[in-house]
Amino acid sequence: MKNAVGRDIPEFLLKDGREVYQGKNYMDGKYLQKAAPRTRRYEKPQESKIVDSIVDALKQVGAKSGMTFSFHHHLRNGDFVVNMVMQAAIEEMGLDNITIAATSLGEAHDPVAQYIEDGKVVGIQTSGIRGKIGEVVSAGKLKTPAIIRSHGGRPRAIEAGEVHIDIAVVAAPTSDCVGNCRGIGGKSNCGSLGYAMTDAKYADHVIVVTDCLVDFPNMPASVEAIDVDAVVVVDSIGNPKKIASAAARISQNPRDLMMAENVAKVIASTPYFKEGFSFQTGVGGPSLAANLFLEKYMDERGIKMGWAIGGICGPMVEMLKKGKVGKVIDVQDFDLDAVNSINQTPGHYEMSASQYANPANKGAFVNKLDFVVLAALEIDTGFNVNVLTGSDGVLRGAPGGHPDTAAGSKCCIIVTPLVRGRMATVCKNVVTVTTPGDCVDVLVTDYGIAVNPLRPDLIKCLDDAGLPHVTIESLQEKAYSLVGTPDDLEWEDKVVAVLEARDGTILDVVRKIKPLKL
Amino acid sequence: MIIEKSAVAGTLESSDAQVTVEPAENGIELEISSSVMNQYGRQIKATVLETLDRLDVKNGRVTVVDKGALDCTLKARVECAVFRSCGQSDKNLPWGGAVK
Repeated sequence: MKNAVGRDIPEFLLKDGREVYQGKNYMDGKYLQKAAPRTRRYEKPQESKIVDSIVDALKQVGAKSGMTFSFHHHLRNGDFVVNMVMQAAIEEMGLDNITIAATSLGEAHDPVAQYIEDGKVVGIQTSGIRGKIGEVVSAGKLKTPAIIRSHGGRPRAIEAGEVHIDIAVVAAPTSDCVGNCRGIGGKSNCGSLGYAMTDAKYADHVIVVTDCLVDFPNMPASVEAIDVDAVVVVDSIGNPKKIASAAARISQNPRDLMMAENVAKVIASTPYFKEGFSFQTGVGGPSLAANLFLEKYMDERGIKMGWAIGGICGPMVEMLKKGKVGKVIDVQDFDLDAVNSINQTPGHYEMSASQYANPANKGAFVNKLDFVVLAALEIDTGFNVNVLTGSDGVLRGAPGGHPDTAAGSKCCIIVTPLVRGRMATVCKNVVTVTTPGDCVDVLVTDYGIAVNPLRPDLIKCLDDAGLPHVTIESLQEKAYSLVGTPDDLEWEDKVVAVLEARDGTILDVVRKIKPLKL
Repeated sequence: MIIEKSAVAGTLESSDAQVTVEPAENGIELEISSSVMNQYGRQIKATVLETLDRLDVKNGRVTVVDKGALDCTLKARVECAVFRSCGQSDKNLPWGGAVK
C-alpha cells in the first residue's frame, strides 16, 4: 500500500492496526493507552543494591531468553556497556532470542553483529544503525526486520507498549549505591542522560552499570533509585576520548561557511527571527557554523535567543555564557564544554527524550521550536530527506531527532552541499525517506537556495529580503549534470528494516540490496 | 595504442580512481570496483571502454579502483595509465589529440 510519501509498504507489515504514513499531524487528538511496567517491590530496606557482576545483576532480575534489553547512547562511540551486557547474557548465561532496543547503535557495537549472525540477537530497534551491525542487518541476517525510530518516536513507542522493555541498562558516569545516576562527576562523563529516562520509567527491571561510585545521595539524579533494581560497578563504562570530543570546532571550509551564512540570512528574513526566538542546530560543519553568522544578525537587530535545545555542544554553551541565549535544554552532549556545563551553568538544563521530541505527549519542546538547521545524506525534489541509508542502500545513519524537529519547528532548514564526491545529494528520489517532505521548508546548498512550494509565506520572506532562490528541480538537474544520472538501486524482496514515522505509522522500508554485477 | 608494460595512474583518495593497465592478448579484460558501484557501475564501465576505444587500445588488462571519481577524472586516469604504458607520457603528450 502506497503511503503519503509515495512509498510502497508491504501488506504483511500492516497488521494489528498498523497504518502507513498519512502526513503530518495525522494522529493529533487521538487517545493513547499508556503501558505500565511490571516491577518488583523492594519493601524491605536495602543498605545497598550493589552486586558483584553484570551476570549477578541479570540473574537477580530474572534475565531469560527472548527478553528485550534497552540501552542508551550517551557514551556514543566510546560505549563499552552494550557489549559487556550482551557478552554476559549470551556468552556467560547462554541466553538467546534477544531483542536489543537501543536509542542508537554504532561502530562501538560491532561485536553485536556476530550475535546477529549467530542468531542469538533476533531483533534490533534503534535510531542509529552503523558499522558492522548496519552491514549484517542490510545483508538480511537479522531474523526480524530492524525497527528504526526517531528520538521522539522511541519514547512514544515505549509509552504505548509497542516496545516492552524487560531490562533497561543505564550506563551511568556516576551512581550511588542504590542507583541514583548522573552523567557528570565521574571519569567517563557524558552530561545529559536524557535518553535513558523514559527507558528507566517504563522497563520492568533497571540495571545501572557505573565506573564511579559516589556517596549517597547522588543528586540531582537523572535516573532515580526508585526505578533501579541493581547497581554494578565495573572498571570502565567507556572510552572518554570517544564519548565527548575536546571541543566541536567551527568549520573553516569556505564552502561550509558560505552555506552557513546563507542559512543565517534565511533565518533573519523570516518573521520568527525576533526577540526570544528558539533554535536547534546539528553539529555538522555548516549547521554548527550557522551559529556564528546568526550571532552577527542577532547583534545587528539587538535581539537575543530565548532558548535552544538539542544535542548541545560548546558554541551554544558559549552563547549561553555570553547571555545571548536565555536557556539551553538538552538531551545529549557532544563535547566536553557541553558536558561540563549541564546543570552547572545557570540556565543549562537536562530533559528526557520524551520531553524533547515525543509526538504523542501533550507538547514536546520541538513543538515550540522556531528554527531547526539540519543536514541530509540526500534530499529529493519532494523535499523528502534521507539520513539513514547510504547510496549503496546499506544502513549507515540515524534519523535521531531529525524527523521530530523538522515536524515540530516553524522553519526547518536543510543545509547540504549539492554533491558529495560522485553522489548527488539533491536527487530525484531518496533511497529511504526518513523525514517526510511536508516537514521540510528550506534547502540551502552551495549552488543555491530552494524553498518548499508548500511554504509560499517563506518564499515571500526571501523575496522581500532580496535573497535569491531557485526551484529544487533546478538544483537536482545541476547535480546530475555534474555527476551523471545515477542508476536506480536494485533490491530483493526481503525487508531488512522498517522505518517508523514518529507517530508510529510506517514511512518506508529498507530491503536487501541486490549487488550490481557488471 | 598498444599497452607495452604495466602502468598505473591515479590514487585511492576520495573522488579519484586508480587505473592499472597491463599487457594482454585477447581483447580488453576489465575489472571494476567502486564505492558508488550500485548507482554508477554501468556508467564507469561505459566511460572506461569508450576512452580505451578512443585511444585505439584493443588489448589489455584494465583494473579500475574507483572512489567516486567524476567522468572527467576517470577519463584522465585511463588516458594517463595508457600513455605511461607505452612511453607516450615521456614526450609529445597528445593533449586533445588522440583524446577527444
